[in-house]
Order: sequence, then C-alpha cells, then structure tokens
Amino acid sequence: MHKPTEIATSWPDAIYAQFRRVGIRQVGYVPDAGHSRLIALCQKDPQITDVVLTTEEEGVGLVAGAALGGQRAALLMQSSGVGNCVNMFSLLRNCGFGCIALVTMRGEFGEFNPWQVPMGSITEEVLRLCGFLTYRVESPDAVDEIVGAGCDMAFSGNLAVAVLLSQRLIGPKQWTR
Amino acid sequence: MLDRRQFVQRLLIDRGDLLVVPGLGSATYDVAAAGDHPLNFYLWGAMGGTAMIALGLALARPQRRVVAIPGDGDMLMGLGSLATIGVKQPQNLIIVVLDNARYGETGMQPSHTDAGVDFAATALACRFRKSLTVTRIEEADAVRTLLHSGEGPILVNAKIKPDDVPRVLPLRDGHAIKDRFIAALNDV
Repeated sequence: MHKPTEIATSWPDAIYAQFRRVGIRQVGYVPDAGHSRLIALCQKDPQITDVVLTTEEEGVGLVAGAALGGQRAALLMQSSGVGNCVNMFSLLRNCGFGCIALVTMRGEFGEFNPWQVPMGSITEEVLRLCGFLTYRVESPDAVDEIVGAGCDMAFSGNLAVAVLLSQRLIGPKQWTR
Repeated sequence: MLDRRQFVQRLLIDRGDLLVVPGLGSATYDVAAAGDHPLNFYLWGAMGGTAMIALGLALARPQRRVVAIPGDGDMLMGLGSLATIGVKQPQNLIIVVLDNARYGETGMQPSHTDAGVDFAATALACRFRKSLTVTRIEEADAVRTLLHSGEGPILVNAKIKPDDVPRVLPLRDGHAIKDRFIAALNDV
C-alpha cells in the first residue's frame, strides 16, 4: 500500500492560478500523486471541466477537440505518460493546436523504482523530438513564472509547451507497508 | 450489411449544424464523399483519437451536436476512450463506428470485430446511454434522428460491407482543416 505524496508547498496553487489567468476550461489527467492537489483544485472549479483519462494519449485528442470548440485545455501527466502519447502528439504539430502539458517527473532524482528510470530519463528529449518547447522547474519559487510563460507561449502562438516539474520539486514518493 | 457510402450519405443529408469528426482512412473518405463541409474535422492520422477529439469538442460546445465517425480499427485503438466518455456523459455526443471488421488501409486484414468483439456491448458496459448495431440501410433514418436529437452518449455500430470503394480525398493540410472548422463554427 502507498499513500499519495504529501504536497508540502503551494506550488500546485500557483499552477492553478495560472490556469485561471489564461482561461483554461478543460483539464485532462490520469490520477497522479504529484498532481493530486492541482487536480482537486480543478475538480472544484465550476469553470473547469476535469476529464479523467484511461491513458494520457486520450488527453491529446481532448486538447484538440477543446480547441476546435474554442476552449483552452491543459494536460497533467507523469513522465511515463509522455511515452504513451508519442504518435498522438502529431495531431498538435500537424494542425497547430496550442497545448500546455504539466509533467511530474519520475525516474530522475532519488527514484527508488528502477522501472521508472527508462522513461523518466528520456522524457524531455522525447517531448522535444515531438515538437514541444520544454521548460524545467526545480524550485517552488519558479513555478508561477515558468508556468505562466509556458501558458502564454502555448496559447498566443498555438505552440506545444511542456513544463517538467522535477522530482526534486515534487519530493520522493512515500511508501508505507 | 451496409454500403458505407450510401449509409454515410444518408446520415449526413440536410446535416444542419452537426459537427463531424471522421477517423483516419476510409471514414474520412466516406464523409468527404457525402459532401465537403467546413464543419468536418477530417483526420488523416491520430489513430485512436477520433472519439476523444469529439469529446473535447462536445464538452466545449454543449449546445451543438457532435458526431464521431471512426472505423473499427480506430475505435479499437481508442477503446479506453469509451470509458472516459462514459464518465463524462456528454448528452450531445454520438459515435457511429463504420465497422467492416477489416483494416482497410493496410490490405483488408481482419480486425478484432471479425472475431466477435462487440462495440455496442462495450459501450453499454461503459455507461453509454444508448447503443445499437445496425446492418440495414432502412435503419439509416433512425440513426440520423439520433444524430440530431438522441440523448448521448450514444454509440451506433454500423456493420458495413468490406468493399474497396474509390477514395475521395478531402483537404489534407491539418492547419487548413482546423482553421476552416473554427472559422465556420464561429460564423454561425
């Protein structure tokens, strides 16, 4: 058994505030410990439709459909989820859909589970190969500025932007027996 | 078994303000053959994503009717999206699967539905409000009515003949397809 990682700081609140500022109306996600606080904030907001996905790949289609309908959408995923999306990302590039993805990193710093390392160690490179601009966040103080800049680039220029929230920022996964 | 071109044509007659998302391959050609329209978001790739694009659109535009038209291979690749749609219960979304039990683009190899995998049963298990399988052209008018006024989410599994019909190729530039769609949607 494990319990969700306790998010000690309020950096998810800073991401949520940026979502409100830029008018995010749909959020697609697979449940994730690192994003749990942000997901809860989005679920409580009547202006945001939260869509729980069976795989992150579905979220890419969701973003495209939302944009066709005039709404901005964000994707929340773990680094492993990036690998699930690779072919579907072609939709963003082929059509020029703006997209902001918030990626909680696993397998890169203090990771106890080696099975997370193969994907976590190549996540940023994969995103860049798929046409994303990527920004890394290492400290809570930088979250607001970087997520804000990422959202602005995504939606003012119809670009695919990913913000990688480092494992140092999120903290190690907590396990209990 | 249905003639795919005749069936899709019948569904999209006097389509009004329907928003249509056909899946890659033959489904896109069938929708194009029924008459090019700016409110068609033609897919040429993104296999498995058709139903989810339609969901994002349906959630963004709850006052409009949204129709996803994937082939069976596309629907199989995105089978999980039926569960995701079942959670959100969009009343304005209907999926019409063009099911010839074949992978038409790659040489007509049998798909899972050829072995009996059943989309209509799957959709009901995923909390769709209604699902049905159609095999006769006489049922097309009833399906068309569902497109315009059925309470979703609905899945229609349309059993079509595995014919190799001439390709009708619409716009292929993704940016152009998107921009045309958005302009038309905002013009109404």
